[in-house]
Amino acid sequence: MTTIIWIVVALVAVALYLSWTAGRLDRLHARIDAARAALDAQLLRRASVAQELATAGVLDPAASIVLYESAHAARSAEPDQREVAESELSQALRAVFDDPETAAQVREAPGGTAAVGELTQAVRRVPMARRFHNDAVRAARAVRRHRVVRWFRLAGHAPFPLAFEMDDEPPPALTAERGATAL
Amino acid sequence: MKIGIVCPYSWDVPGGVQFHIRDLAEHLIRLGHEVSVLAPADDAPPKPGGLGGAPTLPPYVVSAGRAVPVPYNGSVARLNFGFLSAARVRRWLHEGRFDVIHIHEPASPSLGLLSCWAAQGPIVATFHTSNPRSRAMIAAYPILQPALEKISARIAVSEYARRTLVEHLGGDAVVIPNGVDVEFFARAEPRKQWQGGTIGFIGRIDEPRKGLPVLMRALPRILEERPETRLLVAGRGDTEEAVEGLPAAVRERVEFLGMVSDDDKARLLRSVDLYVAPNTGGESFGIILVEAMSAGAPVLASDLDAFAQVLDQGAAGELFVNEDADELAAAAVRLLADPARRAELRARGSAHVRRFDWSVVGGDILAVYETVTDGAASVATDERTTLRARFGLARD
Repeated sequence: MTTIIWIVVALVAVALYLSWTAGRLDRLHARIDAARAALDAQLLRRASVAQELATAGVLDPAASIVLYESAHAARSAEPDQREVAESELSQALRAVFDDPETAAQVREAPGGTAAVGELTQAVRRVPMARRFHNDAVRAARAVRRHRVVRWFRLAGHAPFPLAFEMDDEPPPALTAERGATAL
Repeated sequence: MKIGIVCPYSWDVPGGVQFHIRDLAEHLIRLGHEVSVLAPADDAPPKPGGLGGAPTLPPYVVSAGRAVPVPYNGSVARLNFGFLSAARVRRWLHEGRFDVIHIHEPASPSLGLLSCWAAQGPIVATFHTSNPRSRAMIAAYPILQPALEKISARIAVSEYARRTLVEHLGGDAVVIPNGVDVEFFARAEPRKQWQGGTIGFIGRIDEPRKGLPVLMRALPRILEERPETRLLVAGRGDTEEAVEGLPAAVRERVEFLGMVSDDDKARLLRSVDLYVAPNTGGESFGIILVEAMSAGAPVLASDLDAFAQVLDQGAAGELFVNEDADELAAAAVRLLADPARRAELRARGSAHVRRFDWSVVGGDILAVYETVTDGAASVATDERTTLRARFGLARD
């Protein structure tokens, strides 16, 4: 009799542990989804501001074209090309705002201060959002690699999470002015 | 935005983390956000007449009960745990309906960890200390990990703190330094009797890690070269013990000011010709250096990782080799004799500290809040952690 009780207790304990781990994974996947949505929003915002600046006529024609091209490519990139396209936008932004004079010139144009401010915010938040996303991905991967999770297929059909890798270095001229700190 | 902030240490005891949370909460309230701080505090009703009892809490602080002193991590820490605290955390989360909660020191076995367990939704956490990995931490890892992985965004107060965080817990964090009200220090009125060849030191006298003994060893050599120098020491501790072993002539040049108010601290930093931070370790940020630079004091600090970073690798203030009293003395003598270099350091320091002002730091923290609340529901109590919920018995 006691053996049966012990077996039942053990089974209940295992079931509880599995249910708890599944809940934990579920939460981690939800966290990745939220982080990914936030990252998408920030990337889109950055590309929009860049495109706006490119078409506003406040930059010289060559810079406008470079910026427009890369912003457009970043916005319309296929999912598997996205990391490359967004990295190229970062490079284009760095090239265009290489000279601190450029930012000063844009500011002088009507509505320029707001546009530069918005761009500064966007280039600051992209690395933040990306770091939070990749942190969530790492946490989920650590749990999913666990033996119990693999044996009992606790992750279900959720795809194995992938980090978002890109060059997100902001143009120094933009961050230095706000005194923004290193990320 | 409705923001809930969790403070792990007693609100009644002054400390760096508490001050940081107070300033952050007040800054956010000024910007029009709704802020509630959950902190351990004595909630015994004040006695009639206002004497004794608990000091009144600011309106935005909610007490989580009295912190219990227990031995933890080599010293006696005042922590909150147990059913009562856990219940209060749940109630606070439930009633607050926050858009985001910001937990400080989530790995300490106190309110931070309890809130991590009890909450779900956008959680931001700031790691202040960079404790070396302890055995307790390794043993607690399986308990800690499920709680810490709920955190959507991690903030480290310095690059150094971030490195230790990554090494110990994995993952990544953004670096946002502690904030300082730069204007408050820059506007303080210098005091005549604290001026004229003075060196300043602020910190606990009897805490060797604050480095006063190193400065005391260097003092005779500084006085040899510049006999008119005076050392002003602000902070609590045994003053007799601090000057033990020093010749009487040297003792005369040391002035103990005891505990000073915030205003006096600012005035002291405004008055001195040189601020020395000889800390020997255990620092993850170095807020005092930022305060000194805000007040326009030239800074000479030991070359701890955290200090070097705050001083921009020596560009905004001078560094000496940690615990090297000879080098400290030589650098201090050189700086005291060179008004042009001091003026240069003042100018560089004042420009450098703008990035630590609350307007910038607060903006960065808000940017983190907004990033994690984008595309996420608000904070709620996590019902999955209770047994009843696991069997589907929890009422909604």
